[in-house]
Amino acid sequence: MLKHNSFVGWLMALPIMAVLVFFLVLPIIMIVTVSFWQATEFSIIPAFDLENYEFLFGSNVTYRVFFNTFKYAFITWVFTLGIGFTVAYFLAFHVRSLTWQIVLFLLCTIPFWTSNIIRMISWIPFLGRNGIANSTLISWGVIDEPLDWLLFSDFAVILAFVHLYTLFMVVPIFNTMMRIDKSLIEAARDAGASGAQILWNVIIPLAKPGIMIGTIFVVTLVMGDFITVRFMSGSQSANVGRLISNDIALLAYPSASATAVVLLLTVLIVIGIMLRYVDIRKEL
Amino acid sequence: MEPRPVSFYILSAFFALFLLFLYGPTITIAILSFQGPGGGLTFPMRGTSLHWFRDLFEQQAVGDIWGSFRRSFALGLMVMVTTVVLSVMGGLAFRKKFKGSGIVFYLIITSLVIPSILISLGVGLIFSQAGLNVHWSTSGFGSQLTWTLPFGLLIMFAVFNRFDKSYEEAARDLGATSWQTLRHVVLPIIGPSLIGVALFGFTLSYDEFARTLLTAGSYNTLPLEIFGMTTNVTTPVLYALGTLTTVFSLLMIVLFLCLALWSTRRKARAGSDAGKGVL
Repeated sequence: MLKHNSFVGWLMALPIMAVLVFFLVLPIIMIVTVSFWQATEFSIIPAFDLENYEFLFGSNVTYRVFFNTFKYAFITWVFTLGIGFTVAYFLAFHVRSLTWQIVLFLLCTIPFWTSNIIRMISWIPFLGRNGIANSTLISWGVIDEPLDWLLFSDFAVILAFVHLYTLFMVVPIFNTMMRIDKSLIEAARDAGASGAQILWNVIIPLAKPGIMIGTIFVVTLVMGDFITVRFMSGSQSANVGRLISNDIALLAYPSASATAVVLLLTVLIVIGIMLRYVDIRKEL
Repeated sequence: MEPRPVSFYILSAFFALFLLFLYGPTITIAILSFQGPGGGLTFPMRGTSLHWFRDLFEQQAVGDIWGSFRRSFALGLMVMVTTVVLSVMGGLAFRKKFKGSGIVFYLIITSLVIPSILISLGVGLIFSQAGLNVHWSTSGFGSQLTWTLPFGLLIMFAVFNRFDKSYEEAARDLGATSWQTLRHVVLPIIGPSLIGVALFGFTLSYDEFARTLLTAGSYNTLPLEIFGMTTNVTTPVLYALGTLTTVFSLLMIVLFLCLALWSTRRKARAGSDAGKGVL
């Protein structure tokens, strides 16, 4: 029976495996292979050559760009965690009726199902030189000249990341918070804990899996991004994703592949470390 | 009910600001898309008009907005149906603890965390080396599945983690075959969640950019078309298009949520005959 079960299970997982093999595993193998190839101006030639990697690790730009990528990921993580945790905490512990919890939670998640590109574009009228932010600050007398660093800067990149990805923190944290047994909090209060002590010693430790899952989402999305950085920085800043997409635009596929391999390894190492602290399957 | 603590009001204000942050920019471009014919990309409004929307319906100098919309819509439906079917099959498969399930699980997580541009690059390279043409309905379709399937499967895992096995046992004890159990017991119970999976499948595909960048071929999908416009269009027509597709997305979301609500209600009605029984 068990053997038969295993076979049926295997058969039903087959379509998914087929998709993943063809569109995930093979592409990765292809990228790893091509990263050792050589490129001329017009074509790429099969070879076994470490040149792409030598160039990559020999260049100062690489280290700067990787540093920039980590910088974006870290700053975005701090803000999305702070905002996401506060929002989830409010929804889970301060909103009292389940209907309102669902309604407000949906309000937080709806933007996830709309276009990221348009949500980026929608910052232009707010941050532009003659945008709402500048004209408001001028009319308040805070500044005399419009600020130039609002749009097309690192500030804009991080703002857009926080805007796009905070809900990836809200959802898993809210999910774990909703499962915290309310009697634990009552017990803590009866034992004389203050609100801050309950938050620090009861809620945060119990919400940790949600925080880890949100962190995995935010860190990987930011590290793998290239379009937000390109659009919001007005092509003035770079992260690893942009390095790859620039190489692709120049048809330098072997060098793009080598960078992609290093990026993938970096992301997988970061995720591997995080997965040690959370069992995703248990948290669903 | 005990009185609200002060922190409630502070957090409410924080939450309201968060919603403003989330929706404010989108509302701003929605307003600006009604800019008069002489207006620009920022305030002030120079009159109000439907000029820029009318512009969208006229022959475009660059690109093919309506063609790309039709392609994105068709692709969204294809990805949606495939995601729902494969996720249910995968969800059921994982309940049976088949050999190699651990590997498949880690592949799914990899699919979720891999930088999108790698999928684009890898699939593009495979197709070009194999001498095949990339096309939105083949390479684009498969690349998008690597993004929607993990969400679909994770939802199915969550659903089956909460699934009460005694329903199936009851059906089996009454003599149902495994297909009958699936068709008449399991599927109706997980029905509302499937609508959720469908919502993810459609919207994530409809808005996907990075994974289709190098895999859509010469016929663009809508997000690619819109991104192309950002580099050469500097009039509010961009906002008009953004507003229209956002309204379209919102309509789809509302449709799916209503469907989910309806099917939950139906399930609640049909699922129990408590109080109606005749002992």
